[in-house]
Amino acid sequence: MITGNIITDFSLLILFLPLVAFTVNIFFGKRLPRQGDWVSIGAILITLILSLSMLLNMFMNWDPDFSHEAKFIWMDLGAFKIELGFWVDNITIVMLVVVSLISSMTHIFSLEYMKGDIRYSRYYAYLGLFTFSMNGIVLANNLISLYIFWELVGVSSYLLIAHWFEKPSAAAAGKKAFLTNRVGDIGFFIGIMLMFTAIGSFNIQEVFTGVSQGLIGGSLLTLAGVGLFMGAVGKSSQFPLHIWLPDAMEGPTPVSALMHAATMVAAGVYLTVRLFPLFSPDALLVIAYVGGFTALFAASIAITQNDIKKVLAYSTVSQLGYMILAVGVGNYIAAFFHLLTHAMFKACLFYGSGSVIHAMHHSLHELDDHDTDPQDMRNMGGFKSKMPITYLTMTIATLAISGVPFFSGFLSKDAILAGSLGFAQHYPQHFLLPVFGFGAAAITAFYMFRLIFMTFHGEAKMPKVFKGIHESPRVMTFPLMLLSGLSIFIFYTLPYLNPLSDHGWFTELIRAGDSVVPGNPTAHEIGEGVHHAHYTAMALSLLVAGLGIGLSYLMYLKKKLSAEVWANKMGLLYKLSYNKYYFDENYDRFLYQPLLKLSRAVAYVDWDLYDKYFINGFGRVTKWLSFLTGRIDYDGLDQSIVDGIGRATQGFGKQLKQVQTGRLQNYMLFALVGVIIILVIQTI
Amino acid sequence: MDSLTNYLFVSVVLFALGLYGVITRRNGVAVLMGVELILNSANINFLAFARFGGMNMAGHVFALFVIVLAAAEAAVALAIIINIFNNFHTINVDDVSELKQ
Amino acid sequence: MAEFTFWIVVGITLGSAFMVVQSKNLVYSAYALLFSFIGVTGLYVFLWADFIAVVQVVVYVGGILILIIFGIMLTNKITSVNISHASVQKKVGAVAVLGMAFLLGYMVISTPWVTLANVEPAETTAAIGRLLMMDYLLPFEVASLLLLGALIGATTLSRKED
Repeated sequence: MITGNIITDFSLLILFLPLVAFTVNIFFGKRLPRQGDWVSIGAILITLILSLSMLLNMFMNWDPDFSHEAKFIWMDLGAFKIELGFWVDNITIVMLVVVSLISSMTHIFSLEYMKGDIRYSRYYAYLGLFTFSMNGIVLANNLISLYIFWELVGVSSYLLIAHWFEKPSAAAAGKKAFLTNRVGDIGFFIGIMLMFTAIGSFNIQEVFTGVSQGLIGGSLLTLAGVGLFMGAVGKSSQFPLHIWLPDAMEGPTPVSALMHAATMVAAGVYLTVRLFPLFSPDALLVIAYVGGFTALFAASIAITQNDIKKVLAYSTVSQLGYMILAVGVGNYIAAFFHLLTHAMFKACLFYGSGSVIHAMHHSLHELDDHDTDPQDMRNMGGFKSKMPITYLTMTIATLAISGVPFFSGFLSKDAILAGSLGFAQHYPQHFLLPVFGFGAAAITAFYMFRLIFMTFHGEAKMPKVFKGIHESPRVMTFPLMLLSGLSIFIFYTLPYLNPLSDHGWFTELIRAGDSVVPGNPTAHEIGEGVHHAHYTAMALSLLVAGLGIGLSYLMYLKKKLSAEVWANKMGLLYKLSYNKYYFDENYDRFLYQPLLKLSRAVAYVDWDLYDKYFINGFGRVTKWLSFLTGRIDYDGLDQSIVDGIGRATQGFGKQLKQVQTGRLQNYMLFALVGVIIILVIQTI
Repeated sequence: MDSLTNYLFVSVVLFALGLYGVITRRNGVAVLMGVELILNSANINFLAFARFGGMNMAGHVFALFVIVLAAAEAAVALAIIINIFNNFHTINVDDVSELKQ
Repeated sequence: MAEFTFWIVVGITLGSAFMVVQSKNLVYSAYALLFSFIGVTGLYVFLWADFIAVVQVVVYVGGILILIIFGIMLTNKITSVNISHASVQKKVGAVAVLGMAFLLGYMVISTPWVTLANVEPAETTAAIGRLLMMDYLLPFEVASLLLLGALIGATTLSRKED
């Protein structure tokens, strides 16, 4: 049994240990033995142990309503106070475990993957900074500290994406990620400020109370909710701000696994899960449609991509869309569940791709071939025999993401799909939401198996390269094995063993809370809808998953169906998908270029007209005035009055000096004259 | 002869003459003489007030003290003059202008 | 008669005093001072101050004047007697002193003096002695100390450094 204070202490340690590692590595990393990686790994392993002990404690308590808040006043500004603090409940604890687990795996994986990197210690320092910020988001009990850590996560994401900043594409990708996130963060900040203006507090639970009291409502609440959701759109890479995540794959692969698959992008989902009770029905609809559309849309891009990491990136966008969709339809616990399972298998997939790229890279390096793209799946094939562990673990993760029974993805995906189906049954006008969901599920199964088949099956496309392929060392396969193990259903359904039902510790311990917005359906009503739709959803999801896998099997393994023929048949659609619906191009043409033109015009007005004539004119007038004043002051005032007084005093002194003759009798005479003057004055 | 103002006028004139001597004379001894004249004029005043006013015998006593002081002053002053002479080889007070800056 | 004598004495006093400040010869000045002192002594007699008059003769004429003449002799080389002495700032001094005298005279005239009809005492010595020994004992003693100090100081100052 861990009491509240110890929870606070643990949380403090979990939060600040990675920061300590960051500080040590950023300042002394290069001077430490092994460039200080052991500092970071030690810190993150302690964090993992602490998180696991908190998880163990959660199991021992078995209290679904566990909630612990610790706070202190940061700024007391009289009229209002800003507090900092922790809000620890079961969701927080699970999220802490996810973050520290994936972060630990990344630290370990990077030992080999980043070996010999020129900025090795800085890389570990940034990992520490990221873990610190991410834990800060997870633990935050108020919106303002949430926002601070939110931005810190953005910074560390920027730093890590642009880790190889010598590559212009990496530098550009970092910039793009940061700026795109900023767009969302503006909405996030507006949402926070709207909440604060209406309720007068940043504390999340006080905000909930304020919303339930009706301090903020109607369209203003919807606006605030959409604003807060915009933060999630940016960070979780939802349509239309999804453009940064695929580019972010320029960063090192372990970073992609940690941040751009498992944790950081999940921060947006975590935010909506945490703040779910305050979203108004309209805001939730916006969330549901954005999420559902993103799920289908991103999946449709993933089909045609050839870069192994790009496929996974679009897959991530699509899966995050799933989670957002689940939040939107009110089944936010399913969203969190999917976040948890997705973190495990998607991190595993990224590590797997990292392992493959690592092997390719080494093989190409030995062949002295620097032109072949080590990430292009068209250059792979048949790696199954060379990299058995990577193949096996990635296949397990792929089964999980495709929603095959006995794997974790099936449970969480099923819950999400059931939620959207239940929602559509209740509101038939929103029939599109389950269509998005099931469509995306089918496509996901298709492109994930396409990835597996293209990479590991068939014959090697480049035999020379194939010869040099080796299985990765233990430090890289260990995280793969661990995470693929965690993709098995059993870890989420204990103490029950039914592979087809998500009933288990998760559903027992993490229960949906009621929305605090008056008029929203209660958690029970939503749960009823999900329950009704459960079996239909399960059957449908199994059907679409089988369809996707089967199609993929026929097309890429058996070659019964030619991918090229189909691509030609669907010419336009294929082209759209292959070029990612021309989003970057259109943003460039309709958003960036006009903006740049506008900026240039404004700059012209500002610099060439306003600055040159108005500001500089002011400057000239001021200069002229100063010159004049200087003349008056120096030549006039100083010379005549100030110096004049001095000269007068000096002259007077010179005159008076002559009185000081040193002759006693002169003095006496003066004294006498003085006496006479005094007497005369007296007499008169 | 029986009028207070007569004596006072004599005293005023004597004082003025003594003052004139003090201010104008260059010789230290002569300056001293002027001082003696001033003291005598003061003594005349004391005794006149004792004679015509209510000062009575106190005036006499004061006059006596003035004479005593004059004697002491003369002794010290002459000693100083001799000292000055030894140092500067002159007793003209306006030659001794060390006070001048 | 007495009136006439008074004015004679006044004339001697002031005339000699004028000589003192006016004479170019220091020795003449000293002798004029003698006559001035004697004149003042006469005035004391007119003012019923017999004891003070005697003291004036003894101390001033017999003491201070001799001292002054010694001073003259000691500070001027007898052989090359240049006892004449110039005066400085005569005109300014004269104007200032005349102004002072005028003001004092104005004061004497304008003040309404209260004159008491005092009786001429038989003799003053006993009364002075009584006052010195009783009412003015402390000033008397202080004066004696002062004289002692003056004596020592004068000796110290005029002594040649060796």
